[in-house]
Amino acid sequence: MTATLHAPAADTSFDALDVLESEAIHIFREVAGEFDRPVILFSGGKDSTLLVHLAAKAFAPAPIPFSLLHVDTGHNYQEVIDFRDELVAKLGLRLVVAHVQDWIDDGRLSERPDGTRNPLQTVPLLDSIVEGRFDAVFGGGRRDEERARAKERIISLRDSFGRWDPRKQRPELWNLYNGRHAAGEHVRVFPISNWTELDVWRYIQREGIELPSVYYAHEREVFRRDGMWMAEGPWGGPRKGETIELKTVRYRTVGDGSCTGAVESTATTLDEVIAEVTASRLTERGATRADDRMSEAAMEDRKREGYF
Amino acid sequence: MVDSHLRRDLLRFATAGSVDDGKSTLVGRLLYDTKSVLADQIEAVHRASVDKGLSTPDLSLLVDGLRAEREQGITIDVAYRYFGTPKREFVLADTPGHVQYTRNTVTGASTAELAVLLVDARYGVVEQTRRHAAVLALLRVPRLVLAVNKIDLVDFDGAVFSAIAKDFAGLAKALGYPDDRIVTIPVSALLGDNVVDPSTNTPWYSGPTLLEHLESVPVTSPELDAPLRMPVQYVIRPRTPEHPDYRGYAGQVTAGTVRKGQRVLVLPEELASTVETIDTADGELSHAVVGQSVTVLLADDIDIPRGSMIVDADSPPRLTDEIEATVCWLAEKPLRPGARLLLKHGTRTTQAIVGALVDRLDTDTLTRSEPQSLQINDIGRVTIRTADRLPVDDYADNRATGAFLLIDPPTGNTLAAGLVGNPLVLSELP
Repeated sequence: MTATLHAPAADTSFDALDVLESEAIHIFREVAGEFDRPVILFSGGKDSTLLVHLAAKAFAPAPIPFSLLHVDTGHNYQEVIDFRDELVAKLGLRLVVAHVQDWIDDGRLSERPDGTRNPLQTVPLLDSIVEGRFDAVFGGGRRDEERARAKERIISLRDSFGRWDPRKQRPELWNLYNGRHAAGEHVRVFPISNWTELDVWRYIQREGIELPSVYYAHEREVFRRDGMWMAEGPWGGPRKGETIELKTVRYRTVGDGSCTGAVESTATTLDEVIAEVTASRLTERGATRADDRMSEAAMEDRKREGYF
Repeated sequence: MVDSHLRRDLLRFATAGSVDDGKSTLVGRLLYDTKSVLADQIEAVHRASVDKGLSTPDLSLLVDGLRAEREQGITIDVAYRYFGTPKREFVLADTPGHVQYTRNTVTGASTAELAVLLVDARYGVVEQTRRHAAVLALLRVPRLVLAVNKIDLVDFDGAVFSAIAKDFAGLAKALGYPDDRIVTIPVSALLGDNVVDPSTNTPWYSGPTLLEHLESVPVTSPELDAPLRMPVQYVIRPRTPEHPDYRGYAGQVTAGTVRKGQRVLVLPEELASTVETIDTADGELSHAVVGQSVTVLLADDIDIPRGSMIVDADSPPRLTDEIEATVCWLAEKPLRPGARLLLKHGTRTTQAIVGALVDRLDTDTLTRSEPQSLQINDIGRVTIRTADRLPVDDYADNRATGAFLLIDPPTGNTLAAGLVGNPLVLSELP
């Protein structure tokens, strides 16, 4: 217990971020109370870093009673991987990494013609859930990200194939979450469902949460593809006709390097990032994620197959 | 710019309306006029509208997120929308009007502090309106707004609006809403009148626009003044060198206020104690109110498991294994007397046996009949016997301790929303 005594809540007013934080903490505790083996999907990105921060607050002064799981496509930015490992070490957590490369090497998966490994994460994820006997899998998905996610429950059942059936979702009433599931099934849990991108940034600022440096403006060699700034890397590119330029950019989302673009930005501080997000005319996925541009229902289809 | 986004509060509200009342258009208008729809989303809607051969963008595509919804042109499931203004943040539960309206309206209403009910100005308060209003009243959504939409199609006629407002006031009164909890607003979702910006076409209307009302309505929960209720979610025992003896009861205050030094009762164990510390990861608090997630440490060395409830010692709920309740039946499989189910109340799940089916509410006529079974989307009163004693309040007095789920043991599916007591007391319809 720390010594600081807060001013009475009535004097400080319970604002939108407090409401969202309390809701997320409530969800973490419900899952800890009702499931045997929960796990947090943790990539080192801003949303999953926020999840870990909230989980730590939910169980303080005890440690987080879950382990972490990362499905690593092998196409991640080194800064993010380093950040991930430092945070895990700092908090004394246990991280399981499923390397997509291992699945490619032994033939369970094969590389796609377009080089994108994002859709390849589903099989290693489901295999890891089975192997770890995880019954509840926390993800950093938010309903404001995408239309299919807007219909997602906070605690959402997956069948033994990991599939999401949007037509068979359980009604979610009050704050009474129903996590009952049969053997072999599991639930996905989204504690920050009701947060917007701006809420995430404002909370990161309020709490002083550290993030990987790629979220802030930096110089990087990039090339233009599909209206996004892509970085050079093992995932391919630049192709013929695409030229490398040195740009000042930052990332709004951090995913597989083959399909995550950077945005031109000069925002080097949290205040500047928040100002930029506030003024942005594009959603974060629309601006920087090729995987969601594949079709009208790209996210829904991936979720149905067991993607997070 | 950044400052304006600090310290705003949050309003959760739901929308309800019939098929052609223009609800999707209203939601689209609200998002569009508050600049909550971003360029790539608009572009996606334009692209999809052109693909479907439409000459004007279909704003409902912003809301309908599933493939089946777009293919069938209907909204299947509750969709959650987020927008903000410099004054407040909003979580909008957009509930479809026609398919399984009870299931969806109950879901959206269960967390709403306000509901916007739509009617078409040409038709006024119709059967569907009564039905939706009855469900909203049953769920005790604290405030209602009637948006009289398509006011442009009645030539902005103030007399038409007044007649509808009067009808609705009568309905709301019959459902138990005091006058100060309802507001009626003339709008045109299509043209934007009185949605975000005040209309010059309705000089006879001096009230707020829909957004002005949403921004200014108080968001204090009715449970704020209720006696303390805090279901224990999890027992925090670090057993570390720094905290060898720490035993904290983690939970969210679901009603009232918990104060340091307060005399409390733990139910169903019926153990009395005193709140020694209210802890959070950010330090101790002198008190915490409804909605706050905290960890409570008690003065006495008693062992409380998840599922118990910490309550105000001076005003405890009743501890019972016989519940009279109203249920909204949400499953295909009908409810029959004698059904063996699971019941989730607070953080406790226990076995339950349904006794008698007392009555079924006809939401069209607001009359009650005696049922053989309750079918999907039916609302009815039942008696339930539970294996464990539960600390319950009437839902009308306390939505947190008056609410429960009925769950199908073999599949784990949620079968019903349950409300302790009879929260809908109907007076004579106008």
